[in-house]
Amino acid sequence: MPCRVVITGAGTINPLGHDVAATFDAMKNGRCGIGPLDIRDVDRLSIQIGGQVRDYDETTHFNRQQIALYDRFTQFTLLAARQAIAQAGLVFAGDLADQSGVILGTSGGGLNTQDENYRVVYEEGKNRVHPFIVPKLMNNAAVSQVSMEFNLRGPSFTVATACASSNHAMGQAFNMVRSGMAKVMVTGGSESMLCFGGIKAWEGLRVMSRDACRPFSATRNGMVQGEGAGVFVFEDYDHAKARGAHILCEVAGFAMSSDASDIVMPSKQGAARAIAGALKDAKVNPDQIGYINAHGTGTAANDKTECAAVADVFGAHADKLMISSTKSMHGHLIGGTGAVELLACLMALCEGVIAPTIGYEEPDPECALDVVPNEARDADVDVVLSNAFAFGGLNAVIALRKM
Amino acid sequence: MTTQDQVIAILAEQAMLETSDVALENSLDDLGIDSMSLVESIFAIEEAFDITVPFNANNPSESAFDISTVASIIAAVDKLKAEQA
Repeated sequence: MPCRVVITGAGTINPLGHDVAATFDAMKNGRCGIGPLDIRDVDRLSIQIGGQVRDYDETTHFNRQQIALYDRFTQFTLLAARQAIAQAGLVFAGDLADQSGVILGTSGGGLNTQDENYRVVYEEGKNRVHPFIVPKLMNNAAVSQVSMEFNLRGPSFTVATACASSNHAMGQAFNMVRSGMAKVMVTGGSESMLCFGGIKAWEGLRVMSRDACRPFSATRNGMVQGEGAGVFVFEDYDHAKARGAHILCEVAGFAMSSDASDIVMPSKQGAARAIAGALKDAKVNPDQIGYINAHGTGTAANDKTECAAVADVFGAHADKLMISSTKSMHGHLIGGTGAVELLACLMALCEGVIAPTIGYEEPDPECALDVVPNEARDADVDVVLSNAFAFGGLNAVIALRKM
Repeated sequence: MTTQDQVIAILAEQAMLETSDVALENSLDDLGIDSMSLVESIFAIEEAFDITVPFNANNPSESAFDISTVASIIAAVDKLKAEQA
């Protein structure tokens, strides 16, 4: 008999705020966290905007020894994990520690650390780097540091599936708790690739906007990168109930698929199979879905493919549900994006507010769905989906249900 | 600053101590400098004096660089400075 899985804690730091409350406030008010990039050599970039985490001073959270080992993506992860685990009210010791783990998504891992140290050896010609570059830059650094800080001794690893990393990570965590393999999983994801090399590489693809991320709008002209982390506590329902935990919502289902077709162009069929799979896994009918947090990157290719996939799966109900892209506000957090976007799903279920797609200027006949343009909306929804469709054609969709 | 002052400043920073709390006869254990901090200290010494320290973290006691006390580290740094000047 599979276990039911619930979320008992949430934490974040992202361009909209340094915690969940601030992020919800920004989403309700349609506030944009995208602005001019404040990074080294920005004048040599053709893309000069991004969703940066502002007003952030690492020294207020971490000591010198920790900073020597924590890349920015690890710092974001730890701050989000501290919030989520504090909210859940869990202390990991004894059997619970052995039955609890960490699975997080990231795409670039310690990319800032790589960028800085490649500069040191290539640009500055130095022959020596700091001794902790490897444990700082490795993609599993964040998972390991979380497991060490909170004594999580069960199944733990990092998932890297580009823009779907967090959803794939949360899907694994969900299935581990559901199967009884773990009691509690700390899961989500993190990204911090807003550095010269990180942006320069993305520029090459010619899919980045120079001014704004306007998903589903006919005037959209590309994606904007963001940074940050989202971390959640996924817990066995019986365990949460027995200890009287406050339950935020249920994780109802998850599905994934591979397009097996193109390394960058998305496929409607692959996306549709993942969406339909999540509905089936959650044992819900399409007409029960009230809201979808779209992958909604603001590129020509994604948005029309995603809308076509939603229309295929939902039929007539596609015109009744709401679908918004919060990337318009926080940017595309790449490997961390699904985690931060799951917050919009939590807000819909827990607070009855649907986050808007801001920057929406003109309807696109190829994206003719209710994209909740520009203003948040009060709505009572019971089941919601969060889509993530990665480069490489790897799709992951998660379903949450109100408790 | 003399070699002694510089080495003591580096070790004190790693140990999170005041420089006045670091004595020449102290071992790294006395100062609470673990293997990770030691590797960082070696790096800081190489940077500060522009020298290469022959140190292998797999086998610290058999390295040519004597790390048994603060005084031995200072002496080893002076020797390397002279050799690598």
